[in-house]
Amino acid sequence: MSKTLFDKVWDSHVIQKINDGPDVFFIDRHLIHEVTSPVAFLGLKNRGLRVLHPERTFATADHNTPTINQHLPINDPLSANQLKALEDNSKEHDIVHWGLGHKNNGIVHVIGPELGITLPGATIVCGDSHTSTHGAFGAIAFGIGTSEVEMVLSTQCIMQTKPKKMRINVDGKLGDFVTPKDVGLYIISQLSTSGATGYFVEYAGEVFENMSMEGRMTVCNLSIEMGARGGMIAPDEKTFEYIKDREFTPKGDAWNTAMTYWKTLKTDVDATFDKEFNFKASDIEPMITFGTNPGMGMGISKEIPVFDSKKGGKATYEKSLAYMGFDQSDAMIGKKVDYVFVGSCTNGRIEDFRAFSSIVKGKKKATNVTAWLVPGSHVVENQIKEEGLLTILNDAGFDLRQPGCSACLAMNDDKVPAGKYAVSTSNRNFEGRQGQGSRTLLASPIVAAAAAITGVVTDPRSLK
Amino acid sequence: MAYDKFTTLTSTAVPLPIENVDTDQIIPARFLKATERKGFGDNLFRDWRYNADNSIKKDFVLNNPIYKGKILVGGKNFGSGSSREHAAWSVYDYGFRCVISSFFADIFKNNCLNIGVLPVQVSAEFSQKIFDAIYKDATTEFEVSLEHQTVTILSTGEKESFDINGYKKNNMLNGFDDIDYLQNIKSEISAFAENLPL
Ligand code: SF4
Repeated sequence: MSKTLFDKVWDSHVIQKINDGPDVFFIDRHLIHEVTSPVAFLGLKNRGLRVLHPERTFATADHNTPTINQHLPINDPLSANQLKALEDNSKEHDIVHWGLGHKNNGIVHVIGPELGITLPGATIVCGDSHTSTHGAFGAIAFGIGTSEVEMVLSTQCIMQTKPKKMRINVDGKLGDFVTPKDVGLYIISQLSTSGATGYFVEYAGEVFENMSMEGRMTVCNLSIEMGARGGMIAPDEKTFEYIKDREFTPKGDAWNTAMTYWKTLKTDVDATFDKEFNFKASDIEPMITFGTNPGMGMGISKEIPVFDSKKGGKATYEKSLAYMGFDQSDAMIGKKVDYVFVGSCTNGRIEDFRAFSSIVKGKKKATNVTAWLVPGSHVVENQIKEEGLLTILNDAGFDLRQPGCSACLAMNDDKVPAGKYAVSTSNRNFEGRQGQGSRTLLASPIVAAAAAITGVVTDPRSLK
Repeated sequence: MAYDKFTTLTSTAVPLPIENVDTDQIIPARFLKATERKGFGDNLFRDWRYNADNSIKKDFVLNNPIYKGKILVGGKNFGSGSSREHAAWSVYDYGFRCVISSFFADIFKNNCLNIGVLPVQVSAEFSQKIFDAIYKDATTEFEVSLEHQTVTILSTGEKESFDINGYKKNNMLNGFDDIDYLQNIKSEISAFAENLPL
């Protein structure tokens, strides 16, 4: 029977199908971090259980870590406590742990691919919804709750009902300054934040074939923002090239065996999906969000849409715009910007910093803007330095911080103050996401760069 | 037994007719720093309940003494956003045992089922009837029967059934969780792991 890429990976990991219930699903790789794992370890302890496969489990500290002075003790006792718990639990259960300052440390979804933990055909989970990022490699990867973290720690399995299948095709060529982030935000704006709930998405078509691995990660990362369980892209030569010779990638014979398997990982021509969408690359411009969920995005040159009565939810729409301090029909271009955040598992990789640098090169940061540039990992941080980007950034008036999730969720000190506007390359513009009362405009690193040097929302295509 | 059994719940309900309520509203990230599962109810909807200076926002429904009960009725697409189970914990810890909505985000729904909060998805029309009933009379009671998979508006007798898969239903009726199940098939899991390509 014809199968989709998703079917192939899913079905090969089902240990048992429960009648009128979920599948018992085996997990190849489990990534853990300090915020969603402590209670799971506590659960294990209470049940007198141990981690079943420590060699399949990887721990990094990222969510609440500071992004300056990482060598100093952490001020916030609660954060320090969580980091300590991660370290102690990892030690007790023989799990590899990359704490603050370790060369492999960074945002969990940035380091997985970097270290070759993320592989095609693998099943990967983490107590963080943006685990969908790893789908860029043809893996089934999704976020889980803490009870499920406990489940995977103790049994390497999870109980899941197989999601429905959706394919999203984007064909054609992307225009100037249109990035993978814009593709993601565009799709979410078309489908809404619940448009893919209950589905696992495969991205296909020319745009994704031509996209770099890092771009594919950005797109898969955003899958969760339209409600999807995850998103994936069939592995190809680019994928194999990317993973070859990384720390945890199979080597020698194991590599050859794996390659034979990986090459089978594509959707059969006559396989079918429960839902399919087709978009054209030429319809996508640089995007920006104007509201308080990632579905409220628009082409940067457009005006904030007037409420569409067919969609319902008028009160919610008005509440959202009121929170943002915007009106229907406002242009976004020219809106004042106070903060610019470049980073997160969506846009915290080297290509993102290259893109940002290419725009700010030879220019100066606007004086009204506070900019936080936060690499996704130490590897990225070093690349920025080695490629000479740091000099470009410094010359333009920008500093580089140390790796972590930072203002993506503002659990550490990187909080946007109430009422202030932040152009952010992260993934969520929820009320207060970047600090109590903060107002977030999601955009690509290029749009962020244009805002950082002009101090207002600016169409990068209009820059000289 | 992992959590309280859920059989039938009869209670008044708290209305929150906002759409796309995300997990950052249910429990803001700054309250995720605990290493134990305690006290999350205090910060449920923190920034909608309290001003920055911790004074109470009078117009928010949880601060309105008229509305109380063990059922929270939310708008469409309830629980979107992050995978933080803390959102479900705070709902539970505050005292809710059931959330009703016309649409739930996946991970939130799973998290609820895993900790003993029953997510009940009803049609948009029935959800509207529930809101209407509460706004007409805040003391209206609702009966949620897990066994029969029904929600009934007791004042009018109107009733709708909801879906839940048989396995999860059985778990909730008995207070079992998935780990209890998985522990019993550990040898099968090990045998399976031996034969994997990765
Ligand atoms: S960067 Fe943001 S979305 Fe990504 S793992 Fe960290 S908190 Fe989650």
